[in-house]
Amino acid sequence: MLKDKDRIFTNLYGMHDRSLAGAKARGHWDGTAEIIARGRDKIIEQMKASGLRGRGGAGFPTGLKWSFMPKQSDGRPAYLVINADESEPGTCKDREIMRHDPHTLIEGALIASFAMNANACYIYIRGEYIREKEALQAAIDECYDAGMLGRNAAKSGWDFDLYLHHGAGAYICGEETALLESLEGKKGMPRMKPPFPAGAGLYGCPTTVNNVESIAVVPTILRRGPEWFAGFGRPNNAGTKLFGISGHVNAPCVVEEAMSIPLKELLERHCGGVRGGWKNLKAVIPGGSSVPLLTAAQCDDAIMDFDWLREQRSGLGTAAVIVMDQSTDVIKAIWRLSKFYKHESCGQCTPCREGTGWMMRVMDRLVRGEAEVEEIDMLISVTKQVEGHTICALGDAAAWPIQGLVRAFRDEIEDRIKAKKTGRISAVAAE
Amino acid sequence: MPDDDAILARTAEIVLAHQGLEGAMLPMLHAVQAEFGHVPQAAMPALAEGAGVTRAELHGVVSFYHDFREAPAGATVVRLCRAEACQAMGADRLAVEVQARLGLGWHETSADGAVTLEPVFCLGLCACAPAAQVKGGLIGRADAARILAAAGRGQA
Repeated sequence: MLKDKDRIFTNLYGMHDRSLAGAKARGHWDGTAEIIARGRDKIIEQMKASGLRGRGGAGFPTGLKWSFMPKQSDGRPAYLVINADESEPGTCKDREIMRHDPHTLIEGALIASFAMNANACYIYIRGEYIREKEALQAAIDECYDAGMLGRNAAKSGWDFDLYLHHGAGAYICGEETALLESLEGKKGMPRMKPPFPAGAGLYGCPTTVNNVESIAVVPTILRRGPEWFAGFGRPNNAGTKLFGISGHVNAPCVVEEAMSIPLKELLERHCGGVRGGWKNLKAVIPGGSSVPLLTAAQCDDAIMDFDWLREQRSGLGTAAVIVMDQSTDVIKAIWRLSKFYKHESCGQCTPCREGTGWMMRVMDRLVRGEAEVEEIDMLISVTKQVEGHTICALGDAAAWPIQGLVRAFRDEIEDRIKAKKTGRISAVAAE
Repeated sequence: MPDDDAILARTAEIVLAHQGLEGAMLPMLHAVQAEFGHVPQAAMPALAEGAGVTRAELHGVVSFYHDFREAPAGATVVRLCRAEACQAMGADRLAVEVQARLGLGWHETSADGAVTLEPVFCLGLCACAPAAQVKGGLIGRADAARILAAAGRGQA
């Protein structure tokens, strides 16, 4: 288990002082100017050495991403944009950072912006996060008053402005290029890549978009050294990570743990175990609503990191673990996700706009068993036609949970269809 | 409700206040909505000109985001969280009860223009679900009585 002394987020639960003074007492904002004095190349090199992979879902190495930013400005400014549009069902880690430990994020924003030659950083927060907006804005204001932001921020010699930008209720704006469109004041529709944001992002200028957690861990990594961070987890899956566990566990929680922790240990040590015991487990969605689920058998030796879950054809995503026990109608659970993606498709690409509706309607009938067995294969073929044929990953995110469901629970779907045909009502569908 | 000229004049002030700010469209729309409770048609020309876009583009932006409304809402907006954690804690039952006692469906405004009922997805208060937002203030572990009292409909 991760020791308390190795936790980056020491006020994750808001039990301690959330002010600047409180954050300083816990070791944040310590030697920020010294870290910045190490210089751009050194910071990026250390971030690469730490093995930090992006915490927003895709798991792209953060240091490498930063290194794509131009070393010398061609006259255009550079921007850091922090993605705080945390809207995926099940994902609830970034809000704990912003509400309770906002100074980790603000200090990280300063250091990361310096490393990318950016004098301005935008935090794009979803409009529904009322308390988080209040807490984060209060922390930003406090930092400006104390000289940690603004001209010569934290006495580092770097001029830095941090803006908190409010979203207006659109899930798709969490996609990085849609987020940039939205920041520019347009409809939040994703852009084609390339050009990648590091070449032409916000207002056509070099931009890096990072997740809140990716930025918030930066100061501690640089203070304690990349070796320390790299010491947790299996190779290529370094570090500590916030896990947000919800669903059928006795005590749902958000907890910081070492990467590559076995799923069983995570649930039993921090969440009081699965409701009704481990044997009562039916399935787990390990990384937020867009990754395929794991069956109970896979969960027995599941390791929570990017590579292991990728090998199992699932993914770590945002590490939002959704636990489902035997009482769950898993078909209905995935239908609910299909409905979500249909609702949130921005409508730009035809396969996604039409496909998400198609998939939801077939799922709707599968839940009731009013379908033909052949339709399961047809549904899979539709998901394959959506997956990879859209500008952004929302199409993929809509397709993967369904593919995972059919892979793992095809029997249950077929049983329900057969039961409906023969007039018997299966126990779960009767609800 | 101010007349069109007053709206236009106030909108022009808001646009002026955001001048020089990059990507000011959404902040301007938020400000206009905070001022008038919605984004009135009369404000559109000033907003479009201020942001340097056509009125068609502006309409696209306003209609894309759930949070912007083009018609006035009731004096009090009641938003009930409809996301998963709240549903697990009885948000469906709560919604049925609040709807019945207000006599309103989703997105409807009462005849006297006092209350509007809206769904919202995740206010970030999953730990004290079900959650609601009334007049901008948050209510955790919400029940119908507290929501109606906050909305000034306690006796209804």
